[in-house]
Amino acid sequence: MSFPKCDMRAVALAAVLATGVLAIFGGDAFAQEDPLETGSGEIGGAPEAVGLGEFDETLLPTACNVTAEDLPDDGGGSIQVTWEPLEARGTDIGILAYEILRYAPGEEPSSLGEVPPTDTGYTDTEAEDGVPYQYVVRTKTPLGSTDSEPSEAAVATAQWVAMGRLSILIMAVLFCGAVLYYIRRARVGDELFVRKIPGLEAVDDAVGRATEMGRPVLFVPGIETVSEVGTLAALTILGHVAKRVARHGTPLDVPCADPIVMTTAQEIVKQAYTEIGRPDDYDPARVAYLTYDQFGYTAGVDGMMLRDRPEAVFLVGTFYAESLILAETGHSIGAIQIAGTKETSQLPFFVAACDYTLIGEELFAASSYLSREPVMLGSLKGQDLAKLWIVYFILLAFVVGTIGYIARPDGSSLLTKVFDVMHSWFG
Amino acid sequence: MKRTVPLVITFLTGTFLVISFFVPHAPFGELEQRLLVWYAIVAGFTMLLGVDSLIRAHARRVARTREGWAFSLALLAGLVATVVVGVIGRVQYGSPFHIQSPFMFIYTYAIVPLQATMFALLAFFIASASYRAFRARNWVATLLLVSAVIVMLGRIPIGAAISQFFPVAQEWIMDVPQLAAKRGIQIGAALGAVSMSLRIILGIERSYLS
Repeated sequence: MSFPKCDMRAVALAAVLATGVLAIFGGDAFAQEDPLETGSGEIGGAPEAVGLGEFDETLLPTACNVTAEDLPDDGGGSIQVTWEPLEARGTDIGILAYEILRYAPGEEPSSLGEVPPTDTGYTDTEAEDGVPYQYVVRTKTPLGSTDSEPSEAAVATAQWVAMGRLSILIMAVLFCGAVLYYIRRARVGDELFVRKIPGLEAVDDAVGRATEMGRPVLFVPGIETVSEVGTLAALTILGHVAKRVARHGTPLDVPCADPIVMTTAQEIVKQAYTEIGRPDDYDPARVAYLTYDQFGYTAGVDGMMLRDRPEAVFLVGTFYAESLILAETGHSIGAIQIAGTKETSQLPFFVAACDYTLIGEELFAASSYLSREPVMLGSLKGQDLAKLWIVYFILLAFVVGTIGYIARPDGSSLLTKVFDVMHSWFG
Repeated sequence: MKRTVPLVITFLTGTFLVISFFVPHAPFGELEQRLLVWYAIVAGFTMLLGVDSLIRAHARRVARTREGWAFSLALLAGLVATVVVGVIGRVQYGSPFHIQSPFMFIYTYAIVPLQATMFALLAFFIASASYRAFRARNWVATLLLVSAVIVMLGRIPIGAAISQFFPVAQEWIMDVPQLAAKRGIQIGAALGAVSMSLRIILGIERSYLS
């Protein structure tokens, strides 16, 4: 962020020097020109420096309607400052930056820093709780600076409950309640139906085919870190795939783009081989780190595909622009490909290039589906119930909003107000 | 014990992070930032494990002169050269990221063009994938083909030159059916992620543990 500011200052400085030189050596031709009437914000220099005589500072742009209020839903120590830019009347004087000044009782005003001219807000994260602060926004231009009116005093406080997240809390409680209810039902032995997911049904076939052909299985867990939920889902699937692979004695390659993912994947694969009773077959070199670099990783995995010719390729996890490059390379070697991601922008690529695709929630359901443990399946059932509630809610909002609009198109009906509340709470 | 301790740590960490999301007041509010710092420290150390894995794998290939060992040698040479010029840049210019440092020279004239080359391959792969995806095998594929043609024509100037129908139709396709499907998938994925997180926090999902 500092580069543009430096550039603008450099431009202003150069302009000051240039106008000074022209004023000295350029004669009357330049001196008679009023920079405020040229319409160019590029003409810099303080008015007195270029000998413009009387200068009307009210023509400079300034910040107005400066407000300061405690940052909501935070742990204290922060005040949010906002303002509106007021452009110079009849001129086109560019703004270099806004400087934020803070006034505390009994203290000298202090500068908190500068923000680019495109910003209309600043968060003071160094405020002391309980102290009233006022703020002034200084607008800096090549022709000078103007100060706004001071804001009303604001006090930073810490909140115990983030009220802005109350709707999320309510939804989370309802959702978790549904999941826990079905997990409990599964524990007491209720039969739970879960629809077939073709991509997961094909896992055994893919591993079996690789075994028959005597070729390896390639598992690509995406390019994100282990803190990404898509990567976690991929690692849970890896555990199931590794067990099947270990049972058949098929080689399994897991190239990783993150060292923590690599370490976790190594442990998962090792455990799978141990559980199957073939710990000696586990080769840690096959679960390897390639690189953090997105396209370096892509090139590495592509190279593995072309050299080793795996018969089954799993592209499961979080992918971005590399998704199609990997999937098309896998397609070109004739491998059976099972892909899965929650990234909606990459799903079409996987659908086009892979044999099976786990779409969004199917990726997260995979571990439960493959394990077939009733308790895990119970959580899927709870998830479905929550989805049903969301569908009902959307339908209800649709009906209420539509009837409200038909009844009174100006938006004054009770139903429209109810719709607005629903929208603001859950929208 | 080997499984119980990680499960307890997972439960406590997950529960406290959920609480910190809804309770910003100290000490909960700062918890997420603190854990992120811990994560960054752990990630820094695991990078050593990653580099160790990389060097071992390729050194073994070179030592045994397996097929493609020359590429492994090039990788190891590149790794060492990058570290060396990084140190030189640090000594000579105060930072390896100084614009005149040899490290930045490698970045600008080797890494960036290589990345661009890989990314450029996407254009050819999109063409081959589109060819397969847009074949009118059944009515659903035909619908996809027609929609794709309208969207493509609507997004380029020649589409508007042919008819104003294309820009309007492409906007409707992208804003209504496409967005509705996308949001449906996103809602499902979000619920799936929450459900999986709940399973992990409660210790029901254990397949990620060794």
